[in-house]
Amino acid sequence: MAVTAFDSRPDPSVTFGAVHPGTNYLNANYGVRSWLFTKDHKRIAILYLVTITIMFAVGGLAALAIRLELLTPAGDLVGDDTYNKLFTLHGVVMVFFFLIPAIPAVLGNFALPLMIGARDLAFPRLNLLSWYVFVVAALFTTYAMLTGGVDTGWTFYTPYSTEASNTNVTTAGLGIFISGFSSILTGLNFLVTIHRMRAPGMTWTRLPLFAWGLYATSIIFILGTPVIAITVLLVALERTLHLGIFDPALGGDPILFQHLFWFYSHPAVYIMILPAMGVTSELITCFSRNKIFGYHFIAASSVAIALLGFLVWGHHMFVSGQSVHASLVFSFLSFFVAIPSAVKVFNWTATLYKGSITFETPMLYALGFIGLFTIGGLTGLFLAAIGVDVHVHDTYFIVAHFHYIMVGATLMGYLGGLHYWFPKITGRMYPENLARVAAFLVFIGFNLTFFPQFVLGYLGMPRRYHVYPDEFQVLNVLSTAGASILGVGYLLPFLYFLWAFRYGAFASANPWHSSGLEWTTPSPPPTENFDVTPVVTNDPYEYPAYVPPRK
Amino acid sequence: MSAVIREPSDVAPAPYVAHHFDDAEQQFEASTLGMWIFLATEVLFFGGALSAFAYYYWQNADAFEAASNHLDLVAGTINTAVLLSSSLSMVLAVHAAQTAGRGRQIFWLLVTFALGAAFLGIKTYEYAHKFHEGLVPGPFFRYAGPNAPQHEMFISFYFALTGLHALHMIIGLGIMGTLTVLSWRGWFSPAYFTPVEVSGLYWHFVDIVWIFLFPLLYLLGRH
Amino acid sequence: MTAHVTSPRTYVFVFVALIALTALTVTAAQIDLGWMNAVVALAIATLKAFLVVTFFMGLRFSSFVSRVWLLAAVAFVLLLLGGSLDDLFTRHTATYLPYEQMDGAVPGIGLDGLPTRPAH
Repeated sequence: MAVTAFDSRPDPSVTFGAVHPGTNYLNANYGVRSWLFTKDHKRIAILYLVTITIMFAVGGLAALAIRLELLTPAGDLVGDDTYNKLFTLHGVVMVFFFLIPAIPAVLGNFALPLMIGARDLAFPRLNLLSWYVFVVAALFTTYAMLTGGVDTGWTFYTPYSTEASNTNVTTAGLGIFISGFSSILTGLNFLVTIHRMRAPGMTWTRLPLFAWGLYATSIIFILGTPVIAITVLLVALERTLHLGIFDPALGGDPILFQHLFWFYSHPAVYIMILPAMGVTSELITCFSRNKIFGYHFIAASSVAIALLGFLVWGHHMFVSGQSVHASLVFSFLSFFVAIPSAVKVFNWTATLYKGSITFETPMLYALGFIGLFTIGGLTGLFLAAIGVDVHVHDTYFIVAHFHYIMVGATLMGYLGGLHYWFPKITGRMYPENLARVAAFLVFIGFNLTFFPQFVLGYLGMPRRYHVYPDEFQVLNVLSTAGASILGVGYLLPFLYFLWAFRYGAFASANPWHSSGLEWTTPSPPPTENFDVTPVVTNDPYEYPAYVPPRK
Repeated sequence: MSAVIREPSDVAPAPYVAHHFDDAEQQFEASTLGMWIFLATEVLFFGGALSAFAYYYWQNADAFEAASNHLDLVAGTINTAVLLSSSLSMVLAVHAAQTAGRGRQIFWLLVTFALGAAFLGIKTYEYAHKFHEGLVPGPFFRYAGPNAPQHEMFISFYFALTGLHALHMIIGLGIMGTLTVLSWRGWFSPAYFTPVEVSGLYWHFVDIVWIFLFPLLYLLGRH
Repeated sequence: MTAHVTSPRTYVFVFVALIALTALTVTAAQIDLGWMNAVVALAIATLKAFLVVTFFMGLRFSSFVSRVWLLAAVAFVLLLLGGSLDDLFTRHTATYLPYEQMDGAVPGIGLDGLPTRPAH
């Protein structure tokens, strides 16, 4: 196989044509079997995209029901038990079946091999297996939710979940257990791919920052997921086989469950944010035409977040009965984990400085990410202080905090990445102006939904309650109004992406004039990614050396 | 972290090398690294359960040690020896794949299989005995001595830990069976023995889990 | 393909050592060493695991990255254990005051946790 050396900066004199004259991965073969038995990471990414979109819709419908119920102070739309099942459904589906897999399994699967110059991931069949496992897990969990639901909250605290709840805890728990395997297989694949399958010249310090983000995420997949697996399995074993590990009558300690649960579930939130941070690094550099400020610091901070994130789980347990001493240790460490995140925010901001900034849709999402992540992150620091947390724990302040990160940051990172790589994935362009409108709707709707919740929580409204005092109604109505705007903002991309896939303008190989190996392939890429193995000779994001002609 | 910069060669790799790899060496290194990372997840899986066990042990050391004497020390020791032997036969199977023909490969794979099955057989005997004695967690637990709740907690851990271990053994037996079939079909040679090597890593790991379970469950209260 | 072929003799030696260590641990368990029983048992188990990992699993020939992952996994199990045991051991070293005792416990702070107003 011959080798040609070319650097990854796009050459405007070379046009690959509107559509690759040969076959691409989408039309290489047709038929359901060619998709269901594919080993191509790009097709597997599409399979994940479909499944994850369905799960997002399921979780979103639950959110809709919750927000409708919360329009009025009385519990009039749904009963108490049903409300418990709704927020459990929303949490379980959104956390385990949307936020954790979305960016890694869709954007990571698609872009990672292209970005590092590989023909596929290290283990293509394991990649396909991870999707099947994910689908089985999703079916299990959806079945549990539809046939009676689970009312424990997504946190499954014992002894309620083991002893008293008479809902489908075991089935849902098994669904989560199985989904963990999907995560582990994906993480394993990414790690081995990045270690062993980089193109010649792609050294560690030339890796795109999205790859670094996926690497750090995969560290957490590997080290964290097994712990939630054993925890949820022990709960299931206790419910079915009466192995009384958490049974208070046998000396079982509810706080032990919480230690085991949060040991994974705190790093899990870093699983959700690290890939989005990686996407943001890609978007900020591309749309400000600037080299990233502090590449090494951003790369190192990704790994630092992954590792430090394992040291702070007890900050979810300040009021659980955990000892004061342990709480102080966890509080102290929780302040540290904010530092690498802050480093990133400063570096992105510095990247923007003296950049040539344009406001395409991906950039809108990236800028929104930085702002909303900062708010969410800073409120996280408030919560790291035990004195504050004791007052606002289990209130809407917490709900607002984590939604700022999960929705304001991660989901916007996901949308930004989808828009950015859409031309590469489909060979088409989405409608830019409509997309910008949708981005604004998302931003406005999001803030209207969740900012009032900070106030609500501070004023004392507890979370997971659907009956509340009358004085909280105005803020709740604002929140629900925001949620409806947000829903429209999410519906629009769903519709115009589908439309653009069929009717959108054809995209060239590099419509954003972006650096990065994935933009040197045609849009959409051929199945084997690269006709010749690229040899990398320059650092990533070398933008100032190349200024594209402006239309 | 050092860079592994692989120069693509102009020679097409052998047919057992998957198309997305440059050569057999890259495939072997990727596969073994992949298995080690998977074993890391298993360390955390069992480690989580063992952490829970240690947590309760610190709270109930005396009761747990007394409960440990319910377990059959002879059966446990024999099982330990059986598993260690199966690890030996497994490395000999890998060695056979690296150096010899399929005859020796199949022989050692079958020995490993037999030893693993023997382990499970002894385990089944132990479990049956426990059921007979009423040392089963849940509504049928019966133990007349002091600290019965803690004894039931210990027995819960016993079944959870050894049950998960046995499940991994069963999967291991399935892997051994598959390897035997593939070996019989002539898949493995000094040029390509990656699946045997990687399965061996899994098998040894399951052995290591037992190396820790044995003292923690069987030996704590013998003094 | 580069592969390290260890001789069967080495394997048999390691196996014999493992059996001997098993016998040792069973014997040591029957002697009353107090809290040292658990330590000795775990130490012997760790040594056996080390032998299996090094000689049977060939970690000494494997890449640096594989070794890092194994050590990281063990380290994080110890982290989980350490964090939960830290909580367990310090449960009764400091407690929050019962509500009834809060008034007057901190000068100037009342029962509701807010500063008391000076009487006019």
